[in-house]
Amino acid sequence: MIYEVFRQERKGQAFQHAGSIEAPDERFAEWYAREQYGRRGESTALWVVPREAVHPIEDFVDELNRNYHRVDGYPLKEKLKEARERAGTASRRNR
Amino acid sequence: MSERAQLLVAIADDELILGWRDSEWTGIAPFLEEDVAFSSIAQNEIGHARALYELAARDLETTADELAFDRRPEDYRCSELVQLRLPEWERTIARHVLYEEADAARLRELMASDDVELAGLAAKIDREEAYHRMHAQMWADRLRDEPRFAAALDELRPLVDLRDGHTPELTELWEQMTEVRRSVPGATW
Repeated sequence: MIYEVFRQERKGQAFQHAGSIEAPDERFAEWYAREQYGRRGESTALWVVPREAVHPIEDFVDELNRNYHRVDGYPLKEKLKEARERAGTASRRNR
Repeated sequence: MSERAQLLVAIADDELILGWRDSEWTGIAPFLEEDVAFSSIAQNEIGHARALYELAARDLETTADELAFDRRPEDYRCSELVQLRLPEWERTIARHVLYEEADAARLRELMASDDVELAGLAAKIDREEAYHRMHAQMWADRLRDEPRFAAALDELRPLVDLRDGHTPELTELWEQMTEVRRSVPGATW
């Protein structure tokens, strides 16, 4: 059985994926997780999750190319340039 | 040697030799996670040995290293259980289970002792041993119906309390363990 291990570095922080371990059952998984991701004081807590419990999603459809949903859909550089031209305050580099 | 020092050295010998024997699985345990786990247990045991030797060394005006490595093999007081080289996993686990059982009883006694220093160290060691016991129990449950495991328990159980004999295997281990140290007489590393 494969178990995915998530660890929290400091209290209050988000858990992040630490890695995966192979173990015959849950008790072994917890023991191995503690050993591999906790014994050096690098974690305040662990989540040990059987891999089957994880629902992976890998399809992200964007047929109409709606790039405004994405951060890179807003190229700030262009917009800034236009605004500066309108205001007559082009940055020194562009003068 | 005072009674206290004798006791400390005997327990330390158990932990050192067992740590050595357990470390023989590093790289060849049945699967990778167990390799890491068992090596870590081996390291813990040697760490316990060091703490116990240090306490004894203070009483005996020597050092932990000298107690651990500069005695003759026949001077070690460890149980015959830990002396054996057990290259079969089910026998190693049987030893692990038997040792943790006996060690737990010993630690309980030490923690209740009037000797504050000894009781304190025992409590510290016990907090780590709790995880070793958990590990031993998991394996005991897993191998419960395995006849080779049951046979190994029967074979090894009588050795737990044998402390006066010295197996040739202990001498052999001692040769390896002290080889580097003996190679340069009087060297400090």
